[in-house]
Amino acid sequence: MEHQNLNLTLKVWRQKNAQDAGHFETYPVSGISTEMSFLEMMDVLNEKLIAEKKEPIAFDHDCREGICGMCSMHINGRAHGPWKGTTTCQLHMRAFNDGDTITVEPWRASAFPVLKDLVVNRSAFDRIQRAGGYVSINTGNAKDANNIPVAKENADLAFAAAACIGCGACVAACKNASAMLFVSAKVSQYALLPQGQPERTTRALNMVAQMDKEGFGSCTNTGACEAECPKEISVMNIARLNREFMNAGFSSND
Amino acid sequence: MMNLDAKIPAGALEHKWTDYKGHCKLVNPANKRSLEVIVVGTGLAGASAAASLGELGYKVKAFCFQDSARRAHSIAAQGGINAAKNYQNDGDSVFRLFYDTIKGGDYRAREANVHRLAEVSTNIIDQCVAQGVPFARDYGGLLANRSFGGTQVKRTFYAAGQTGQQLLLGAYSALNRQVALGKVEMFERHEMQDVVMIDGKARGIIARNLVTGELERHFGHAVLLCTGGYGNVFYLSTNAMGSNVTAAWKAHKKGAGFGNPCFTQIHPTCIPVSGDHQSKLTLMSESLRNDGRIWVPKKQNDSRKPNDIPEEERDYYLERRYPAFGNLVPRDVASRAAKERCDAGYGVGTTKQAVYLDFRFNLINKYGRAEANKLGIQNPDEATLVNLGKEVVKEEYGNLFDMYHKITNENPYEVPMRIYPAVHYTMGGLWVDYELMTTIPGLYALGEANFSDHGANRLGASALMQGLADGYFVIPYTIGNYLADEIRTKSIPTDHPSFVEAEKQVADRLAKLHGIKGNRSVESFHKELGKIMWDKCGMARNAEGLKQAIADIKALRASFWSDVFIPGDINEFNPELDKANRVADFLELGELMCVDALNREESCGGHFREEHQTEEGEAKRDDEKYSYVAVWEMNGDCNWTLNKEDLKYEIVKPSQRSYK
Repeated sequence: MEHQNLNLTLKVWRQKNAQDAGHFETYPVSGISTEMSFLEMMDVLNEKLIAEKKEPIAFDHDCREGICGMCSMHINGRAHGPWKGTTTCQLHMRAFNDGDTITVEPWRASAFPVLKDLVVNRSAFDRIQRAGGYVSINTGNAKDANNIPVAKENADLAFAAAACIGCGACVAACKNASAMLFVSAKVSQYALLPQGQPERTTRALNMVAQMDKEGFGSCTNTGACEAECPKEISVMNIARLNREFMNAGFSSND
Repeated sequence: MMNLDAKIPAGALEHKWTDYKGHCKLVNPANKRSLEVIVVGTGLAGASAAASLGELGYKVKAFCFQDSARRAHSIAAQGGINAAKNYQNDGDSVFRLFYDTIKGGDYRAREANVHRLAEVSTNIIDQCVAQGVPFARDYGGLLANRSFGGTQVKRTFYAAGQTGQQLLLGAYSALNRQVALGKVEMFERHEMQDVVMIDGKARGIIARNLVTGELERHFGHAVLLCTGGYGNVFYLSTNAMGSNVTAAWKAHKKGAGFGNPCFTQIHPTCIPVSGDHQSKLTLMSESLRNDGRIWVPKKQNDSRKPNDIPEEERDYYLERRYPAFGNLVPRDVASRAAKERCDAGYGVGTTKQAVYLDFRFNLINKYGRAEANKLGIQNPDEATLVNLGKEVVKEEYGNLFDMYHKITNENPYEVPMRIYPAVHYTMGGLWVDYELMTTIPGLYALGEANFSDHGANRLGASALMQGLADGYFVIPYTIGNYLADEIRTKSIPTDHPSFVEAEKQVADRLAKLHGIKGNRSVESFHKELGKIMWDKCGMARNAEGLKQAIADIKALRASFWSDVFIPGDINEFNPELDKANRVADFLELGELMCVDALNREESCGGHFREEHQTEEGEAKRDDEKYSYVAVWEMNGDCNWTLNKEDLKYEIVKPSQRSYK
């Protein structure tokens, strides 16, 4: 409730389209209430640009309550900015001080090409999911839900993995631009549940193969992904994916 | 006049759906392969429909404006999904879920649809569990339930405070499987611009590629609109920023009737507006009212801090007005009561547009004392009780408390939350018959985009149920009944004059919008519209205000079309143009909502006309005159005529709701 107003300098990545080389531009913004979210601060800047008949900064955003996974800004060198376990849309301006200079960039990864300004193309994530991120069951085939008991511990672990919002912060935070945390979250969810067992081996192999094909880097266990994940997905899932992948290799017929 | 035959099957209520399924027309697998279906929107309704139709063998094209199907706004639903499983052995049944939903909707929904919804609710849970949706479970490994407003049983299934996310990811996984199999073609960052009509039937859409700005023509033997609600007409709402009415509105302008547009759900517990910069409002789940007590100071304009106001100077107005239900009255009643107090000068916080939701009483007396008992602590002091209680509350609501803390910088364990009602859901939408078909043949509306199941007020945890019911279990049957007669219709090439003309109209409109080159931003118009809607067509409405709103919206619309400024170009990634295109439609819809609210001379559910209230200030329905669905038909430029579908209650007897 008690708020102050900040004057800030923003250094923002501007890039007209995928072909453009891109560059930083510097914008002063003033009178930013500490009660604003980071994206509301961007709204203020964009309204100012529009009033000057300039092009506003394009950025992805939708739910603005930390769950859709659409927002994706690299702020002062960190995916989603300085607060732990927080998406850009839930980051508030009280995280900054009057007079700060804030650098805002898009996710940097060759598998996430920039479309415009801060907007990147994350369709590689959808293609990885299509390679095996599902249980092959048609609508109408299901038995009564309570015929499939699941130990609470496994159910809780599966839920914690399934909480991934697919924002791509793990890739952006990783020096190798690896997508292992993202892939491992989905593989883990199903590996922990009885429903996921029939396709367990093919799922791990196919999703990893697609991940490699998309051009994501290798995992070298730095843990930056977990540290920057807005949903705090655990790197234990990567360990599980490695086990799943190895077991799948041993049992594969190929 | 519109033909509003709801096509409700004959027979006893509980047999209608079974009979329908036993007698509807079928399409053989070979023919399904040459029938094409377009699905617009990939939320719970759209993703589940696209996946299920792909499984059946239809050729499906699915569209979403987001960068991935997984981001549709169903993802943000918190609380849960209702189903009449009776796993808790507490007396639930299909009939009770049906009855609660009809009553909760203040007797303005169709009995046959709601009964079908209750019937298929149990299949939804089975389907989702089979997909690997990680619902909350008890220690025995079976599914857990909790209770929600408007019911006396525990029938709500949940996945922490992220039920919508988990259900949508389940539907998204089923959709992905069909995309991988080549049964569904997925178009992300594409927005529908218009329906294409050929010989009186919906035969496709014009879509805009939001990355390149190009217009595309897509043919379909049928078109499904699963495009959500229109709460963003109020500018500030709990909806996602991109949620819009455009697809439904374009269908309306092509002849689809719009049902009960003024029925809006205003949710009582949201984080209040903090200033002019506010871009959206955040919900604090209904479940918090189990343990939070709502109050305002007894003194007007009291500027003391909440913890400095002694107990005897607090007005627990819900407990005072509604002793039987207390803080757990339904959403519409709680919202109106908060507004009444703030309008009378008792509001709190800097803006005075907020009330307190205070957990301290239950923290100490309910949880603190229980924990002290467990630990055998004799005569604990208050500080001990607070500390013990905090731990339990953290387990129950930790996520929500953290979110509140991040947004407001206040610790709700220490000071009461400040909350205020906010626009959350729209019960109104495209009119559909029992088969979910709009008044345009071949054009369907599913989920929040249709008007059908929630009457004048939706119960908590029922939106997810309806979206998935429509997509997984209703449309796969009902669409066959239509497409069985289309097997001789060959795919129509998109150079057909109707496609060419429709695309030209879209291109002309975009060029016109972009060419205005005025002086005001799209955002400024949207905000102004939102303020008119909130002030005059929000929680309380009256004839004078609504008439003023209609005049104001007309003027604002004219100003928009002469003074809006859209930067950038048409043929490129241009979010301002996308937004302008949506706001232009909201500027028409807003007027229709006011027209509808003005017509409905009664109060029911979320629609409260100040002229129609009881002496105690409660909503006063008029079943004699208004027991109908108001279905609006557009004739020319924002001129509407009213058509009525009378609601017949064969099983439930409508009565005055009382919570005293």
